[in-house]
Amino acid sequence: MSDTTLTPKRTRTIAGIPFLGEAILIAVVIGAYFLFPYNLAFLTRILIMVLLVLSLDLVLGFAGIATLGQAAMYGPGAYAAGLFAVHVSGAPLPGLVVGAVAGAALAFLSGLVLMRAKGLTLIMLTIAVASICLEIANKARDVTGGADGLRGIRMEPVAGLFEFDFIGKTAYWYVFVVVFVVFLLLKRLANAPLGQSLRGIHESPERMAAIGAPVYRRLVLAYTLGGGIAGIAGALAAQVTQLVSLEVYSFNLSAEALIMLILGGTGRLYGAIIGTVIFMTVHHVAAAADPFNWLFLIGFMVLGVVFCLPKGLAHLPTALTRLVRGRA
Amino acid sequence: MTRVTGLRVRGLNKNFGGLTVAQDINIDLPPGARTALIGPNGAGKTTFSNLITGILTPSAGEITLNGQDLRALNEAQRVKAGVAKTFQITTLFRDLTVRQNLRLAQQERDGRAQSWFRRADSWPEAEDEIDAQLAAFRLLDLEEMRVDDLAYGQQRLVEMAMTLMLKPRVLILDEPAAGVPSSDSHLITDAIERLPDDLAVLIIEHDMKLVFQVASSIIVLVNGAILTQGSPDEIAANQQVRDLYLGGHHD
Repeated sequence: MSDTTLTPKRTRTIAGIPFLGEAILIAVVIGAYFLFPYNLAFLTRILIMVLLVLSLDLVLGFAGIATLGQAAMYGPGAYAAGLFAVHVSGAPLPGLVVGAVAGAALAFLSGLVLMRAKGLTLIMLTIAVASICLEIANKARDVTGGADGLRGIRMEPVAGLFEFDFIGKTAYWYVFVVVFVVFLLLKRLANAPLGQSLRGIHESPERMAAIGAPVYRRLVLAYTLGGGIAGIAGALAAQVTQLVSLEVYSFNLSAEALIMLILGGTGRLYGAIIGTVIFMTVHHVAAAADPFNWLFLIGFMVLGVVFCLPKGLAHLPTALTRLVRGRA
Repeated sequence: MTRVTGLRVRGLNKNFGGLTVAQDINIDLPPGARTALIGPNGAGKTTFSNLITGILTPSAGEITLNGQDLRALNEAQRVKAGVAKTFQITTLFRDLTVRQNLRLAQQERDGRAQSWFRRADSWPEAEDEIDAQLAAFRLLDLEEMRVDDLAYGQQRLVEMAMTLMLKPRVLILDEPAAGVPSSDSHLITDAIERLPDDLAVLIIEHDMKLVFQVASSIIVLVNGAILTQGSPDEIAANQQVRDLYLGGHHD
């Protein structure tokens, strides 16, 4: 049986056009750059958040690991990259690697314990790990700067070529390239045997064990990978804002990342992107319009999506098609 | 040292506190065996299956497969060693397609489940093997269907096809016909009859019609212990078994 007859059927693309999703993504990023030249710092924050939510999607959306503590891996990435810049080198790319390793290391060590738990217990433990990290960072004032934050981060040009500028142009493109590369790698992973087996664990751990899969080890692997990506997100934040505060470990960050993912749709990479962009944009606009009651709007938006589109906004096209077909 | 003796169970015991759920069980399943394990509810049939597959740890006794001691192996390792099972209640990846379900089992067997860059469906020989397996179970037309959208009898077949992708040497079928409408039960019987000749099969079943149709030997389990075993004819003629199933029911 020839490969060519089988492949098209199994390749999932948007509207049948290969790389359409990626093309739209690049177009949006370029468009936003020209439309909002004075909001590049905010746009960069969105991109960094997209990366954190993507890491959560790998852990929760793919592997089904219930967590409310993704910040526990974002924080080490931020502090490691920040400390690396202060004490070793201001080169951004090595700093990213350091951040990724720090996030992955924390995920691996905590994952060895966490991945033995399930459900509510697991959620509580992930919150606990983030809280412990927060307290350690708070107490280790000599190293982290404690509540004052880690200061004195000076970044060198990206790859020795692109200097960080005052408006944040370099930062915007630097962050975008990193996020885009990770996104492409995650897309590969989603369709590869590992991604499929994580979906399998999500759907039925019992069946995965019964076909001989080392479920626990693979969960630790997924958690570690997710930790590495969250670490990169933290490292990017540290490098771009040149400051690391205790906020990197906050429960709020973990919870908001989860809401963004649910909004966009768990288990789908585009869902992570759409959810983050919409949440942060609505937050930004609503908070500017009404600094006291913006949470109402966010709350109603989440309720609306959860009731009308339980699979998230990424599912909107499918849901609409079904609705139209149902009427016709 | 591989002796082709199949699965040997000797003096298997399991206690939960003071409750004995498996008592001094001896069973041989040589290659090609078609053995049925029957008994009233609560006799310990599923417990026995769980002891063999590694979900439960025995309190005492030996379990070997072709001379290899299975007791030190966990569930996943026993699958690699050649012991596979289907569940009493169909357990599949419901949101995935039939083909994806089979592929997940295959990639675990071949040890490429951790590869993360190549597409899962980009191993041509592996895809051909899945095609062949789907054809053997007459599932080829359904390959792109989500398992959740299939009829229960079809799901049962998917589960068997998937389990066989593991190339097991011992297959435990836990109530393969449970929940399958009688109009479809011939699908299950057919599939069992077409299982590979060198495979040792243990069928845990309530449906006596199915048992007498496919089994060449029957073991009767009562209160965790073997009451008797023999050929279908011997079991059908056994007065104790008749009492157990027809009258004098006390459990």
